[in-house]
Amino acid sequence: MLKMRLLIVSLMLNSGLALAEVSASRQIELTHLLKQDCGSCHGMTLKGGLGPALLPEQLDGKSTDYLVMTILEGHPNTAMPGWKTMLSTDDALWIANQIKQGLD
Amino acid sequence: MIRTALISLTLLFITPTLTLAAEIRGTGDLGLVIERASGSIQIIETTNNSSLGRVEGLGDLSHASAVYSRDERYAYIFGRDGGLTKVDVLTQKIVKRTLQAGNSIGGAISQDGRLVAVSNYTPGGVKIFSSKTLELVADIPATYGDKGQTSKVIGLVDAPGQKFVFSLWDADEIWIADMSKPDKPQIQKFNDIGRNPYDALISPDGRYYIAGLFGEDGMALLDLWHLDAGVKRILNNYGKGEQKLPVYKMPHLEGWAMAGTHAFVPAVGRHEVLVIDTQTWTEAGRIKVHGQPIFVMARPDGRNVWVNFAIPNNDTLQVIDTESLKIIKTLQPGKGVLHMEFEPRGEQVWASIRDDDQLVIYDTDTFEEQLRLPANKPSGIFSTARAHKTGL
Repeated sequence: MLKMRLLIVSLMLNSGLALAEVSASRQIELTHLLKQDCGSCHGMTLKGGLGPALLPEQLDGKSTDYLVMTILEGHPNTAMPGWKTMLSTDDALWIANQIKQGLD
Repeated sequence: MIRTALISLTLLFITPTLTLAAEIRGTGDLGLVIERASGSIQIIETTNNSSLGRVEGLGDLSHASAVYSRDERYAYIFGRDGGLTKVDVLTQKIVKRTLQAGNSIGGAISQDGRLVAVSNYTPGGVKIFSSKTLELVADIPATYGDKGQTSKVIGLVDAPGQKFVFSLWDADEIWIADMSKPDKPQIQKFNDIGRNPYDALISPDGRYYIAGLFGEDGMALLDLWHLDAGVKRILNNYGKGEQKLPVYKMPHLEGWAMAGTHAFVPAVGRHEVLVIDTQTWTEAGRIKVHGQPIFVMARPDGRNVWVNFAIPNNDTLQVIDTESLKIIKTLQPGKGVLHMEFEPRGEQVWASIRDDDQLVIYDTDTFEEQLRLPANKPSGIFSTARAHKTGL
């Protein structure tokens, strides 16, 4: 199911269609989560900490699908947890796109 | 005549000093609060519970901690960006600041107060500085393996005998740096201590160093009185065969939550606080709590232990009675409860509430809220009383 959604997501990305719908208020929450909670391992400015840096140059060459999957499912045998209990696929996609572009 | 002249001269010298230091005060009731998003600290005092001012320009404090000089006047603040800043908490000024690494996690001050050590992620290792000048005294890269890799360093504490003890996240090692001769650090290494030590603490007497393990169950114990005995694995059977929850934030092992012969530590990836019998180093109990514990801190008298939690349960504080091992109070101070600090003798506790931009103070007997103070995304709270405590 997740794979299916990711596939749809990649199709949408590839065909340049509108990105997933994430409401403005949810975007504020996600930005907060990204800086504060992802930030507790990756650094508040995402320059890295116990976890690796998540700046655009580090993510170059990593597909959005891969990032979405990592956010939702985590990385086995590392400290990266899956966030699917707190984040939807749309949320994860929005975050993946944010970190690929870089935060302000 | 001569006397009068002398007196006048003396007055001339004294007067400007008095004017400058408008009020002569001690520093034993002072503390600082990290404001993680703005790279600033607030100076607080616990006699009347107030904020005295703010010092800015400390860089990236998104993860930060502090230690104090022996005279409790200077704070050394370790920032995420590798910044080491020496702040005069009395005059609220930065005395000196150095960017000593690319990414750091914490630090410690030596037994004699002359050295400040910083544990770094990038480049992985420990750097040791003069506490007076912040000049580099020793550089200890955390090199391991046969390819010359360096490890992230965590759990750095001071220990008696002018030592620093720390753990290597990537290398599964504990190192002791003996700084008795600052220009010739003696390093002793312990291998295979367990997978991915994530933080460590030292007992208040400076005897036992315990590293928490992220990569497997249990903890690594080093008796600094008997180094020949090596590292002992404790709580090995804890959680065997059970599925761990995703860990949304690494627990911190700060200080030593101890009451009688029991020590209290956070269980990684579980909604539990673990109780260790410090006579036998075996599990003496598990206490079900509200979420994944981050800080498990004993009130200075050891009667209660206060616990905060990882997201999504970080709006709650719980208090455990150390005799009955029961939760006696659950508080909901606000969103993003990041840290607690007891007043020096424990009658009140300060907590930082990140998302509400507040500090909250509770009476630790009645659990009644005393006061809220504004703070900008507060995280760690560090009182000068730490100056004379090993490991803090």
